[in-house]
Amino acid sequence: MKVRIDPEICQGQGRCFSIAPGIFDFDDLGNGVVIGDGTLTSDSIEQARLAQLNCPEHAIFIEE
Amino acid sequence: MTDNPLVQDFATDWDHSDPQWVADPYPIWDDLRQRCPVAHTDRYGGGWFPSTHAGVAAIAKDTKNFTSRNVVIGNGRPTELDLPAPIGVAPPITSDPPFHALARKLILPAFAPRPINALEPMIRELCSSLLDGLSGEDIVNAGTKYAQYIPPGVIRGMLGFPEGDIEYFLELVHIIMEGVDHPEEERIIEFEPVEKYFVAQMEDHIDNPRDDLTSYLLKAELDGQKLAMEHVFGTMVLILVAGIDTTWSAIGAAIWHLAQNPDDLARLVAEPDLMPVAIEEFLRFYAPVTMARLVKHDMEYQGCPMKQDDWILLGFPAANRDPVAFKDADTFIIDRAENRHVAFGLGIHRCAGSNLARLEMRVALEEFIKRYPRFELADPPAVTWAPGQIRGPRNLPIRILR
Repeated sequence: MKVRIDPEICQGQGRCFSIAPGIFDFDDLGNGVVIGDGTLTSDSIEQARLAQLNCPEHAIFIEE
Repeated sequence: MTDNPLVQDFATDWDHSDPQWVADPYPIWDDLRQRCPVAHTDRYGGGWFPSTHAGVAAIAKDTKNFTSRNVVIGNGRPTELDLPAPIGVAPPITSDPPFHALARKLILPAFAPRPINALEPMIRELCSSLLDGLSGEDIVNAGTKYAQYIPPGVIRGMLGFPEGDIEYFLELVHIIMEGVDHPEEERIIEFEPVEKYFVAQMEDHIDNPRDDLTSYLLKAELDGQKLAMEHVFGTMVLILVAGIDTTWSAIGAAIWHLAQNPDDLARLVAEPDLMPVAIEEFLRFYAPVTMARLVKHDMEYQGCPMKQDDWILLGFPAANRDPVAFKDADTFIIDRAENRHVAFGLGIHRCAGSNLARLEMRVALEEFIKRYPRFELADPPAVTWAPGQIRGPRNLPIRILR
């Protein structure tokens, strides 16, 4: 499983990197970015899903 | 408060300054959501109010059919003076694409998490010293003596204006807040002392650049050109207008809630790690900000016959209470795990100061409950709420329980 942020949709609401700082970071404009290649482990998948459920812009995608 | 006649039916005659709306808008919005999801009014020259999450979201993200040239509803339809498209009077909040992206990129780095998080010690010291000033009193006014002072104090620090000038700075902030919707010719005269002081501060920053927002704006470039002093001044005024009664309202509303919900207060005192999650629920439940748009052209939209230059009032706080978008939408759940609230707006105009607002809320509440782990409303009917597009408690007497 991999997580990604669509930079066209992300508006820098800032929820993902607050909820799951191990998975998401922010760039110089404050937009969310995925750390590394976004591969999720069985430990991190819950956190990624929680971030996804809190993104007001629906900019986070979790894919097989 | 306006002299408008009292509203009988908010579906056909809504008014965000009506006393019923100001005192408690939530039942009105619940009713509209079921009966008339895009309400109409002939007041203010004519406008529409979407009350569902879907309706608000669609318009907030639709910059083809709606413009941000004026985001504060005036007394009538906008005039030529109100419509300096595409830049607007206060970029980027009044800008449309494509200029919007340029103006926004200019200020976003200053409000990104890294520089904002660095302000935490300064904000904590400010909150702590405000509370020191109230010590020993049994009843403290958390609105007029605490929440109100936090955002201007923080912005003074960010701008790098002298600490010793705080009293004068607060006077100037008052002039700006009072005068922002006055006619332009009045505003220019009223703003003279503001401009004089801000220009003197900018000149000092040009001579002695330092690591603060003023120096950042003076250094910033748009299309390879440094910004004109007027542009920097305009941006500073925007930051003050957008950053003060908004955050003050959010802090006040959270204290108002905790004063009436001792279980929530006790949980926050006992579980400090819960604060960030609680802040998001305060933001959802008591979102202070509604923003306006203007209809770009005649069209039928969401089933409504909209006319060019009709106002749209984007009910972000109403969207946050929509049961279609939130489970138990009308219940405050301090540890709500799934919370896609839209208190900071949606789309390209997402509040640029959201990281700062959250930090101020967190520190202000942490310091308040550390000092006063138990408190209640001293006089519930005495609490007053600000009318208009920013909603929050103003007079907020709190009895400290020892």
